[in-house]
Amino acid sequence: MTVVSNLKKVLEEGKFAVTAECGPPKGADPEAVIKKAELLKGKVDAVNVTDNQTAIVRMSSMAACSLIKSIGLEPVLQMVVRDRNRIALQSDILGASALGIHNVLCLSGDHQSFGNQPQAVGVFDLDSIQLVKTVKDMRDEGKILGGDPLSKAPDMFIGAAANPFADPLAFRVVRLAKKVAAGASFIQTQCIYNMDRFEKWMEMVRDRGLTEKCYILGGVTPLKSPGMAKYMKNNVAGMDVPDELIKRMQGVSKDKWKEEGIKICVETVERLKSMKGISGVHIMAIEWEEAVGEIAGMAGLLPRPVIQ
Amino acid sequence: MITAEQKPIDEIRNMIAPYKKILAVGCGSCVAECAAGGEKETGALASALRMACKMAGEEKTIDEKTLDRQCVRDFVIQLDDVVKDYDAILSLGCGAGVQAVAEMYNEVIVIPALNTEFLGETREQGLWVENCLGCGDCMLYYFGGVCPLARCSKQLLNGPCGGSQGGKCEINPDVPCAWQNIIDRLSNQNALERLEMIYPPKDWSKKHGSGPRKIVREDQQK
Repeated sequence: MTVVSNLKKVLEEGKFAVTAECGPPKGADPEAVIKKAELLKGKVDAVNVTDNQTAIVRMSSMAACSLIKSIGLEPVLQMVVRDRNRIALQSDILGASALGIHNVLCLSGDHQSFGNQPQAVGVFDLDSIQLVKTVKDMRDEGKILGGDPLSKAPDMFIGAAANPFADPLAFRVVRLAKKVAAGASFIQTQCIYNMDRFEKWMEMVRDRGLTEKCYILGGVTPLKSPGMAKYMKNNVAGMDVPDELIKRMQGVSKDKWKEEGIKICVETVERLKSMKGISGVHIMAIEWEEAVGEIAGMAGLLPRPVIQ
Repeated sequence: MITAEQKPIDEIRNMIAPYKKILAVGCGSCVAECAAGGEKETGALASALRMACKMAGEEKTIDEKTLDRQCVRDFVIQLDDVVKDYDAILSLGCGAGVQAVAEMYNEVIVIPALNTEFLGETREQGLWVENCLGCGDCMLYYFGGVCPLARCSKQLLNGPCGGSQGGKCEINPDVPCAWQNIIDRLSNQNALERLEMIYPPKDWSKKHGSGPRKIVREDQQK
């Protein structure tokens, strides 16, 4: 099966990949998606489109992926297992492939109690690892769960997430190994602020030989203010923001906050570029898409390679 | 056991409002253990309702009776002789108890006084915790005696998710991470390798995939 994903080609060519994130709007306006995506054009190899992130109702990831594709950017369809059972998930994989969406990131999803529909049932029929395996079997065996054959297999470059900052640390690597064994070819990590912990995790990942079996893209998010740093530390699940970083943001005047945030982010990207086993960077500039090109440029990652 | 909590008194009063003669029926099993619908609680609820009705100038008779098990017909038949004397039964049984009484007395109004919650254990006095979904295919062996379906907020069979920090679940620092618990227990048992395999999707047909369940045991039938 030849996968037509540009992201896959960039990674296979050994180029340091750059992906970004685009959150669909809380409305039906296609222009809102296209406006955000235009800011990323030429700056990245692919754009992740989030799937009702933090359990807040937004335009569907699949629809937004299709819109992004229409302006010539490559989408990564994020799929959480919180809202759909195995019938719907498999159906959407087929639909995505038919629409020309050939990257998928399989996630558990933020718990429904966080969002604006706390009375919703959490489906969790599959978990993220089972979803990875399901998509792999659909692609490679041409079969859905239970073994029924597909008239045409979907074409998907399969990814998963890893959070090196969640506990317990040692088991984080075991779980990554399970994701890779299930069929994940690329991994995007949680935002890296605690570099010491990240390096420790990477060492364990390398020791287990996982960097030979998947492409790891380090996640980064530029800080906009000391308040955002504190909020992420205290209120965002699975986040690890060291106090030194908060102090560093506090140490500059308000008009320099964004500049400092980008500076920190570029320093992180530079360290990731030279780290053994890291194949790229995933820049999640939340509601700040302009920052992506700036960070990629400052880190010497532009222009993006064009691979035939 | 099945755990339950009493409904707010105003909700109960609204439901019993149209009826003059009411029999509050408690249950001496699970709901007695969780202090929601046993003899003591049935007495207390009946008195509270009598008092409230008196204060409101409503004329009502509220009697009480507690069965050993409200979900077993052999015990419910103790109501045979008395149901005809009442306009409604206020059941302090779990959902199964309420329905067992309703099924037996087709013509009688049966009103639930409890909200049935979950299958769980009494961890300490006044604390009950959920630990079983009744999935129909017990997997506790693989997970060191901790059920990820009942105790992980995302029902992960291949956890923990990225929201586990310091042994706590991402949804609330009061909620322990079931997966941390599973890892700790299997680690103590030198059986962590059990978590290296990928557990396949759960067969939910054994829970609710085939409609309401029943158990038929011919060897137990007369």
